[in-house]
Amino acid sequence: MIDIKGLTCGYGEKMVLRDIDLSVKKGQFFGIIGPNGSGKTTVLRAVTRLVKPVSGSVFLDGTDMKNLNFSEIAKKVAVVSQSMPLLAMTVREFVLLGRTPYYNKLQFFEKEEDMAIAVKVMEMTGILHLQGALMSEMSAGEVQLAFIARGLAQQPQILLLDEPTSHLDITHQAAVLDLVKRLNRHEKLTVMIILHDLNLASEYCDSLALMDNGKIKKAGVPEEVLDYRTIEEVYKTVVVVRQNPLSMKPFVMIVSEEVKKKCEKGS
Amino acid sequence: MKHRKMTFLLPAACVFLVAAAFVAIASGSAGIPLRRVFTIIFEGKATPEYSILMDIRLPRIILGFAVGGALSLAGVILQGMFRNPLVEPYTLGISGGAALGASVCIILKLHNFLPMTALPVSGFLGACLVILPLYFLNMRRSVLHMQGILLTGVMTSFISSSLVVLILAISRTEELHSIVFWIMGSLEEPSWVLILIVAAVSVVCFFLSYSFAPSMNALSLGEEEAAHLGIDTERTKKQLFLMASLLTGISVSLTGIIGFVGLIVPHFVRIMAGYDHRRLLVLSFITGAGFLILCDTIARTVIAPIELPVGVITGILGGSVFIYVLSRRFMSGRSGGAL
Repeated sequence: MIDIKGLTCGYGEKMVLRDIDLSVKKGQFFGIIGPNGSGKTTVLRAVTRLVKPVSGSVFLDGTDMKNLNFSEIAKKVAVVSQSMPLLAMTVREFVLLGRTPYYNKLQFFEKEEDMAIAVKVMEMTGILHLQGALMSEMSAGEVQLAFIARGLAQQPQILLLDEPTSHLDITHQAAVLDLVKRLNRHEKLTVMIILHDLNLASEYCDSLALMDNGKIKKAGVPEEVLDYRTIEEVYKTVVVVRQNPLSMKPFVMIVSEEVKKKCEKGS
Repeated sequence: MKHRKMTFLLPAACVFLVAAAFVAIASGSAGIPLRRVFTIIFEGKATPEYSILMDIRLPRIILGFAVGGALSLAGVILQGMFRNPLVEPYTLGISGGAALGASVCIILKLHNFLPMTALPVSGFLGACLVILPLYFLNMRRSVLHMQGILLTGVMTSFISSSLVVLILAISRTEELHSIVFWIMGSLEEPSWVLILIVAAVSVVCFFLSYSFAPSMNALSLGEEEAAHLGIDTERTKKQLFLMASLLTGISVSLTGIIGFVGLIVPHFVRIMAGYDHRRLLVLSFITGAGFLILCDTIARTVIAPIELPVGVITGILGGSVFIYVLSRRFMSGRSGGAL
């Protein structure tokens, strides 16, 4: 679905990604993890063509993305980003903006079909009862659901999410990720998600890529990537990795400085 | 906060525009009552009253319609693009450039050679002189930097107003008078051709801008979000910027600097109608046109036979209506209608 081959890119003179290879298969739930500033968001921007490759290329369904225009990309790839607009705009209006790539040149108003799709995606994300509420008056969790609904209104094949769970409590973290998982399993939506929380990444993703300083340090299933030696090296933090007794996925625990000192004395 | 329905707002705006035009055609020092206005126009006889209506009042109404609409439209476009509610058509220094062009024209006495066109043409050239460097200085690797445009624009505005002051300081009394009057702005314009050009550009730009409405809605979420929604943001920004500049440039070069219209009308409409540019563009154009016609009527009748600068009225009337609407909004505990 997405094939990144030898990608080097960045902003101005500064190269953020250096010679990256990454492949996301159709129907996969693919997670990108890594420390701040390691280039996770830039990978995402390269997939939406906001950052153009200096060398290498990004293929979408076998087509080099430099041959696609913005509205063609927007019909295939939807993005749920971190930014939060505080606009005096209702949820329904916001979700309908997801239909923008489908507007004809001289079409100014949404058709019945667009309205029906908007209602359907608001139902899927559980925000239909909020459709008349203003975006600026909703909670962070509801805003995130509205962003996902807007993404779904684009009827994409790929959903890109950039840290959708930061600022959310665990109720909403689980709600958002469970929703994305359902969409992935039932609607066959390919998901590429950036997560900060290693345990959420481990729990929800089929496959992970760990980024470090503009390169991919390790990629594979969570059990391979979330190895304590790799994590300690990349994050420069002492951790203990155990298994979640229910899901059998790896679980990463941070070891604080105080505990570390106690253990060193004890041994 | 619920915004009012378009089925109410659009007719209301149209009624306002038509009412403003009727009041304008019927008021003035000649004191022709509204009943007689129509009989005079339809009889079409070359009476003095006929020529007052057709040669003095009607051109002002058409120019007021065109310039009021153009400035409001430019205001909506720029506020949407910059996502900054304080930006208005004059922020970018277009008006300063036009004022500089006109001042140079007056001290060089160019209007002795081309009495009708020298002032508007040099005003327009002055506006272009500001816009083009502004555009190209902020274009890097085919990306238009919006914050850069805003800052350079404000600075150019300062530079050109300093130069105008310099010209004022070294010019003689009668020139001083013409420059100050030009800068204060007025809808008096003897040339029908120029009036019709401005009206045509204004109306054509209005229809063109409407085709950008969905893109502008997406842009109000930010450039990156708009790109995610399939908008070619760079191309859209460039086209919109040039359109807003053209609208401002032609308005300013013909009528001088009529302030506040491009700032207050878009704000006022946004409070009433919400964020959606499909509403904002239409309503702002119509309301702005009616507002300027009304202000001009007040300016030339309130202490007749002396004519006040129309900018004084737009400022006082527009500002107070705006503060009233805003304070009612705060008192009823609603959030502001700004971007």
